[in-house]
Amino acid sequence: MKKLINSVENVVTDALHGFAAAHADLVKVNFDPKFIIRADAPVKNKVAVISGGGSGHEPMHGGFVGKGMLDAACPGAVFTSPTPDQMLAATKAVDGGKGILHIVKNYTGDVMNFELAADMARTDGLQVESVVIDDDVAVKDSTWTAGRRGVGATILAEKICGAAAEAGHSLAEVRELCQKVNAQARSMGMALTSCTVPHVGKPTFALPEDEMEVGVGIHGEPGRTRMKLKPADEIVELLMEPILSDLPYRSGDEVLLFVNGLGGTPLLELYIVYRKAAEIAQKAGLKITRNLVGSYITSLEMAGTSITLLKLDARLTNLWDAPVRTPALRWGV
Amino acid sequence: MTTNSLGAETVLQWLQNCAESFKCHQDELTQLDAAIGDADHGANMARGFTAVQGKLAGLRDKDIGTIFKTVAMTLISTVGGASGPLYGTFFLQAVAGANGKRALTQEELFCVFSAGLQGLMNRGKAVVGEKTMVDALVPALEALKPVGDDSLPAALNRAVAAAKKGADSTVPLVAKKGRASYLGERSAGHLDPGAASSVLLLEALQQAIQSSA
Repeated sequence: MKKLINSVENVVTDALHGFAAAHADLVKVNFDPKFIIRADAPVKNKVAVISGGGSGHEPMHGGFVGKGMLDAACPGAVFTSPTPDQMLAATKAVDGGKGILHIVKNYTGDVMNFELAADMARTDGLQVESVVIDDDVAVKDSTWTAGRRGVGATILAEKICGAAAEAGHSLAEVRELCQKVNAQARSMGMALTSCTVPHVGKPTFALPEDEMEVGVGIHGEPGRTRMKLKPADEIVELLMEPILSDLPYRSGDEVLLFVNGLGGTPLLELYIVYRKAAEIAQKAGLKITRNLVGSYITSLEMAGTSITLLKLDARLTNLWDAPVRTPALRWGV
Repeated sequence: MTTNSLGAETVLQWLQNCAESFKCHQDELTQLDAAIGDADHGANMARGFTAVQGKLAGLRDKDIGTIFKTVAMTLISTVGGASGPLYGTFFLQAVAGANGKRALTQEELFCVFSAGLQGLMNRGKAVVGEKTMVDALVPALEALKPVGDDSLPAALNRAVAAAKKGADSTVPLVAKKGRASYLGERSAGHLDPGAASSVLLLEALQQAIQSSA
């Protein structure tokens, strides 16, 4: 294992110290328990939006804390859900009196830990609602699995819900918006290489030089199928087909196209992916009115990409365009 | 103390054994998890029980309910993943039947563990056959049920054997809960890491009881 770290034990703590130093104008970092909050938290009379998850997916979620997006993020150990005490402390720290929304990615650990935290917060008299994001079409959604994983739609929901909260919407309205984004978004990813979890020290899975993993998870969970590597355009077709066929996007629909890098893929290649994804969407009659290209939900140093489509309407578009000022997303301010 | 009751000192020895066992088997659990999950189970369990170990000195002379509550809160706040809330809930639900008691009879231990397992199953919503820790724990609890002319060491021997058999039964199964379920058919052919850690927990109790007998 070759990594820019001091010790396996201190990976998350060292990174958080750097994050706090780099973005002191935007965020405050608490170390015991670990959580990141907006520098001006709690914002009185505003719904607070919180997310969290394992570390190793940066900039998600800490990079999205700030005005117009998240009020708090709880980082767990690498690829491990944060714990309820972190979520509870963060929930209390950002409570502005209008309630708190927990945005939870659908992984068994994240869901259970957030459930426990929400139970504890309600016992303490706080008003907490939760929405579980599950947009990954690589996973069969049935009673036979833990359900679809939460991937790309998570940060779209965080942006849109953060804007709605900033605009003074109620907890029920912000929750409904979050559910709407989740219902109208679909994602699918693929990996060219594995990733190495620091405390494990070797790649999570072995992928031969000429093969790829289609439908991979953001924790290096093996995906749907493994196959021979293909040219980028054919890979993008493999990702777009299940996305387009899962949600009945109709000709004329306005969409946001999000091409995400998994950590080890250069922007140069992401634009090659974007080119083909946009072409396929347009051929299907979709109007791409907003987009996002970059590495926002990563899987350590994994090379690969994920594509997310979100069906927009005027309200979602306005909320997407609203000012945001966070370490990783910043516009309009 | 008779061999048919579990004293608070033996409970503390059990937890001490757990900390040592998870440290010892950390890599093995992580390898199992890397095959069908996200390669964090070994590190998570080791971290959780090391934290529990750090609290044992403060639990001498405490009743078993207090010990279980401390274990529950420590696991919930240090383990993360799915195993933190699951094992944490097990100990939390076991508190009620052990409150104020410095020893549990075999019958009481069975009731306490039954309540714990019910809590764990409510939290995880898994049933037997879905390739989870439940596949080891349900038969283990069944085997722990007191029978005529029984002893606690004998019951634990049965429980550990049943848990091992249950864990082994997860190998051919296709996972229906947890992260391994994303793999579908590809999850078959691997031992479930949660079932493996449940066996270690029971073995740690078996050893504590044997050494106190």
